[in-house]
Amino acid sequence: MSVFNPSRCLLAALALAISVTAFAAPAVDFNRDVRPLLSDNCFACHGPDTAKIKGGLRLDLRDAALAPAKSGKKAIVPGKPNDSELVRRIHSTDADDLMPPPETHKSLTAVQRELLARWIEQGAVYQGHWAYQVPVRPSAPNPPLAIDHLINQPLKAAGIQPVPEASRRDLARRLHLDLLGLPPSPKDVEEFASDTSPDAYPRLVERILASPHFGERMAIGWLDVVRFADTIGYHSDNPRNIWPYRDYVIRAFNGNKPFDVFTREQLAGDLLPNAGTEQLVGSAFNRLLLTTEEGGAQPKDYEARYLTDRVRAVGAVWLGQTTGCAQCHDHKFDPFSTRDFYALGAFFADVKEAIIGRREDGMFVTDNQQAAELQRRREVLKGVQALYDGPQPALADAFSRWERLLSDAIAMDDRWTRMAPESAASSGDATLKVQPDRSVLASGKKPDTDTYTLRFTNAPAQLAGLRIEVLPDDSLPSKGPGRAGNGNFVLTEVVARVERAGAPPRTLSFSIARATHEQTTFAENNPYRAWTPASAIDQDTMGSSPGWAVLPDAGKPHQLLLGLARPAQLAPGDVLVVELQQRHGNGAHTLGKFRVSAASNPDAVASPAALPPPTELADVLRIAPSQRDDAQRKRLMDAFKKQAPELASSRALLDDARKSVADYEASLPRCIVTERGEPRTVRVLPRGNWMVETGDVMQPTLPVALSSGYKAPPRKLNRLDLDDWLLAPENPLTTRVVMNRLWKQFFGAGLSKVLDDLGAQGEPPSNPALLDWLACEFRDSGWNMKHMVRLIVNSQAYRRSSVAPRNLVARDPDNRLFARQSRWRIDAELVRDNALALAGLLVRDVGGPSVRPYQPDGYWENLNFPQRGYDASNGPGQYRRGLYTWWQRSFVHPSMLAFDAPTREECAADRSRSNIPQQALVLLNDPSYVEAAKAFAARILRDAPGDDVARIRWAWNQALQRQPSAAELETLSSLLQRQRADYRADTESARAFVATGQWKAPAGIDPADLAAWTDVARALLNLHETITRS
Amino acid sequence: MDPRTEFLVAHAQNQTRRVFLGRASQGVGALALASLLRPGLIHAAAPAPKDRWPGVVQPHHFAPKAKRVIWMSMAGGPSHLETWDPKPKLAEMHGKPMPESFTKGKQIAQLQGQKLTCYGPQIPFKAFKNGIEICSLFPHVGSVLDRICLVRSMTSEAINHDPAHMFMNTGSQIAGRPSMGSWVTYGLGTEAQDLPGFVVLTSLGRGGQNQPIAARQWASGFLPSRFQGVHLRGKGDPVLYLGNPPGVSRDRQGRVIEAVNSLNAQHDAVVDDPEIGARITQYEMAFQMQASVPGLMDVSAEPAKTLELYGCKPGDGSFASNCLLARRLAERGVRFIQLYHKDWDHHGGVKQGVEFKAQEIDRACMALITDLEQRDMLRDTLLVWAGEFGRTPMSQGGDGRDHHNAGFSVWLAGGGVRGGSVYGATDELGYSAVENPIDVHDLHATLLRLLGIEHTRLSVKFQGLDARLTGIAGRVIPDIMA
Repeated sequence: MSVFNPSRCLLAALALAISVTAFAAPAVDFNRDVRPLLSDNCFACHGPDTAKIKGGLRLDLRDAALAPAKSGKKAIVPGKPNDSELVRRIHSTDADDLMPPPETHKSLTAVQRELLARWIEQGAVYQGHWAYQVPVRPSAPNPPLAIDHLINQPLKAAGIQPVPEASRRDLARRLHLDLLGLPPSPKDVEEFASDTSPDAYPRLVERILASPHFGERMAIGWLDVVRFADTIGYHSDNPRNIWPYRDYVIRAFNGNKPFDVFTREQLAGDLLPNAGTEQLVGSAFNRLLLTTEEGGAQPKDYEARYLTDRVRAVGAVWLGQTTGCAQCHDHKFDPFSTRDFYALGAFFADVKEAIIGRREDGMFVTDNQQAAELQRRREVLKGVQALYDGPQPALADAFSRWERLLSDAIAMDDRWTRMAPESAASSGDATLKVQPDRSVLASGKKPDTDTYTLRFTNAPAQLAGLRIEVLPDDSLPSKGPGRAGNGNFVLTEVVARVERAGAPPRTLSFSIARATHEQTTFAENNPYRAWTPASAIDQDTMGSSPGWAVLPDAGKPHQLLLGLARPAQLAPGDVLVVELQQRHGNGAHTLGKFRVSAASNPDAVASPAALPPPTELADVLRIAPSQRDDAQRKRLMDAFKKQAPELASSRALLDDARKSVADYEASLPRCIVTERGEPRTVRVLPRGNWMVETGDVMQPTLPVALSSGYKAPPRKLNRLDLDDWLLAPENPLTTRVVMNRLWKQFFGAGLSKVLDDLGAQGEPPSNPALLDWLACEFRDSGWNMKHMVRLIVNSQAYRRSSVAPRNLVARDPDNRLFARQSRWRIDAELVRDNALALAGLLVRDVGGPSVRPYQPDGYWENLNFPQRGYDASNGPGQYRRGLYTWWQRSFVHPSMLAFDAPTREECAADRSRSNIPQQALVLLNDPSYVEAAKAFAARILRDAPGDDVARIRWAWNQALQRQPSAAELETLSSLLQRQRADYRADTESARAFVATGQWKAPAGIDPADLAAWTDVARALLNLHETITRS
Repeated sequence: MDPRTEFLVAHAQNQTRRVFLGRASQGVGALALASLLRPGLIHAAAPAPKDRWPGVVQPHHFAPKAKRVIWMSMAGGPSHLETWDPKPKLAEMHGKPMPESFTKGKQIAQLQGQKLTCYGPQIPFKAFKNGIEICSLFPHVGSVLDRICLVRSMTSEAINHDPAHMFMNTGSQIAGRPSMGSWVTYGLGTEAQDLPGFVVLTSLGRGGQNQPIAARQWASGFLPSRFQGVHLRGKGDPVLYLGNPPGVSRDRQGRVIEAVNSLNAQHDAVVDDPEIGARITQYEMAFQMQASVPGLMDVSAEPAKTLELYGCKPGDGSFASNCLLARRLAERGVRFIQLYHKDWDHHGGVKQGVEFKAQEIDRACMALITDLEQRDMLRDTLLVWAGEFGRTPMSQGGDGRDHHNAGFSVWLAGGGVRGGSVYGATDELGYSAVENPIDVHDLHATLLRLLGIEHTRLSVKFQGLDARLTGIAGRVIPDIMA
């Protein structure tokens, strides 16, 4: 399938054409011509995946290919195509015999068959795969000339004349968009155009490289490939604290951090000696993957997902290898085995993290000033805490009083027996469930009035009183104890009777009612002027509405004590029936959780009701003071201090100090970073199945074949050792991968077009010598990124025009030889930046928390757990560059998505560049672009001189840094006049139109005029040329 | 009379008139409307053929049985035990421990490490058309079972919602793969003039267990963005950014676009860049969509009988409304229509949960089948009803069921499907698919086959592999096909 990758065929054809012109006898080059054919057509059954070898034949290794196969025949006999079984089989007319077999839907063309035969005739010379050979610096003149030398040589050989240098305007625009992602101002262009000094261009390059926006531009590609995003990705896709990592990347490019250091900090910043904030924030790289909070997700499953995610990331970011297939089987095309896969994953087994659930808040990322302030506030807290914790001799008496009160309450409580009802029924069909602690919890139906009937078979033989505890519970509104929305209830009447078989029921009458608290609010219409305990035993003589209630103390326990007029005697078999009537009848003021106790001794209701302390405290209080240990004494003292009125001001001080620290902490940036934990056990998972736990346990080990020639230290390896290998001179991949991606930023495509796969299934570089030269220079310069950028953009090749004669385009349609420059629509973020810059709205601050541009209502409606609204940023936050946009993985901002911004769920080395109707809808209708057009229009009206024509010229020059042609001018003039006439006849629409967005045009501009000019500005912002780098 | 019969009778009476009207309304489509509104953009009415994606499958690998797909995604994981798979033995075992022989070595989600207790079907089953037994809550579906092939032996590899949706949609649990709708439009192109080839609609259930659905479920992955599903929304702009800015009439917008296209054409004359021609076409397409999509979404002009058949009111955002919209999209040539209906995640209260769902979908499914049939479109429209997985025969929390992927039910209807049949079976407790088990790749392979595509031949080079919807697996299941 070559629909999207026709370049390989074209390239092969082109390469052949070049070979034909360059040499008398066409020499076949294994890596360029043969390996792609074998890989594509044969390796699936005759390649590195040892489990899938058919017929005992491997074609990826020369020795194996030359040896007799299982059939005894030799696939390849060097120099003798006619004796080679391979040649016979690819030419076979018998479908059973033909290679590749028809059922694979693969087939070779006549040219390809001839090529393979010729290769065998020429000796069947193998070469190692190009990307696995350590790059050797090709002979070329010294740096400023090397790139052009290496590009011009093949052009000369092919007889191609490169196009001339682009115009000064094009060069200025190209440099600004490529290096900063922002358009130049007309002044920038004019200055450069009129600078006749020979070093005008390199000086412009230096000026631009020094801009703080350089790091922002460079960061975009890196953030794609490492999959940076603000949310976790899976399922609920909740936020996590990670944006400081984005700023770390921007800083690294701006400060020209050597790439080896950059690599080391990201993979292993936490393991570096003296790791500081910078290194730790860099190590957030290991936390960028997708994680889940889904209930029911299985840790083993996700542990395996995280491991594979990280291996794929190392493959994508540094190795340019598609490691993903090796999760289940040895790689079919490249020397990367399943064991390599899990051994590479084992390097990350020590990354401390929750497998399932919310990410931690992460470390504080502070500058010196913030760190000092945080320290200061913590010191204050420490001081206040020490004072509060210290001894309080003056309060000895108060402490004793408090202790006695509690002891009394415990003694009171001891007189009560908590009873579990044998049955609990609701007249209103609420569900009443008896809990293990003998309390009753209501749920389900919630009628306005209810009567709970409780039957007890375990009441004491003598009954002097009843106690009803009402208890808070998390399942209740406002934690209860009632079921009303505010947690309240109204217990209107308590009725008790004793039932005995064969006798009429005996009704018991109450004479005492006490409670720990009674409600006095909302009592205007209550005959008692309060919600008193007494109203619960008045036999409703004052009506059924009044009763006992507890506002404002909802959410806490309370007690109601009821004393019988005369103690009752119960015989075995008697049933005590207690009815709790709740007839208030307003908004389900019924009981949510309660417990009934009985007392035999009338003393139990003789004194005021008091709540006993919590069990832990009660247990300590029951111990004689001299017998209490230090911990018990401290527990008691802490509880005392928490309530002592004498300490109210100390407590307030402490609260303030705590709040001061907490508030300040909440204002500080945080970032989840790498912290080392106990390494998880990593096993090979057969066929990737995480449920099979019989695979070999893997230690961190470098991929065997890829690291051949490299000596790792003979001990258990860690992430620093992985860094060492990735950056070692013996590693053939890292430098090429990074330079190949960098090339794309400046020429629109990599030297090898497939940025994420330098393996056998990728594309051999169109100019291998150039890629190797770049790779060597990158390492030898001390991994100096700016140096490489400088070299590339100063080359003649970079400076060529992107307009070329048709015959040149036809000869090299994909521009693989760089006889001209390429043109492409700028990246999603830059489309936005460009519009805001032209509007004069762009806020050029660097770094900070992610921001929220306007977004259509309801775009997040399919997010859940929790449901989320979207509040667009106010003020400056609304006008930040695109790369600061909140990156919601499952719903990336729709205008970014329309322009091919990746979701960053997976590492994305490359972005597609589509051209779809949604892009038109975004540029025409997204309020961000309408607002930008309005602000641009206001600039035109304010800053541009003269009449309509002069103003259009000015605006055109702002947007495109060139003058319009007469026809272009006429098109916009005509648009302006027609829109103006139209809006003047309909000023209401004009007003509505220019009300779009937060930004208000200065007073005094006629709305119809502003609306008409806004449409002119919209036209300019929508032009293909405006969003194109050429 | 039940709604189906009523609709059929009314339809028979009006057939002649309807056919005429149907043709007429197709004739004066939104396209023509756009050019009527903007005579200056007449050339926009017929997109340049170079930009109409013709599809890479040319000609079809097989004679296609279906031209388009309506895929009903029941998000959350419907219980097969309260819908399509009768299990009397499970009812007998209700409350008893789940025999370990059924569960050993299988993935379990939230019930990990808990005591596993059999939980009998909560709603009686009943035989409907062709004697096929389904849950009695679905009489309307029951009345069209002769058009349906019920698959009771579906399996999936994933057991959590998000990966399971990804697996069902893309054949992979790793993000970044194209959704099946993207594959199909990539393969076959679209017949829609002014609509995307792959359209997604979503609806909520009233039970409140509305699982999140990520946009990646309809993303085009490594295929170009033009193949991504476009989410038509019930509220706000049906397509994001479809509406003009406030105060901008269609005329005003048209003039801006005219100027943009004219200026782009002038620039093209200087730099000779094919992307500019494409850009001009995209602006024309966008302008057409602005005119045609709101009309498409407005179902108020549908005959009362039709609204009654579906049991929906215009603009109510219900699954039933989306079914009706799906028919309208199908009529307009949209290739792949996916309807998400949420709230099937019944960890608790499965009985009431499925009762709610039945009220929301039973009649709508029947209506869609009936309506398509009356328009002679059922024969070449493939309908699929599927959740991302099923639910456990074991109870969760006393009245619910957990996620379950070892065996569950889906159904197909319409183009090329063997109606009135049942394929495969789970074991007697509804745990594992034991008779003719099929997996997601098989379902995809069969779907592509019905569309005339050999699944092994629809591939794209990605990360060095010939990537396919069916991965390296997938079997076409002949017994599902007519």
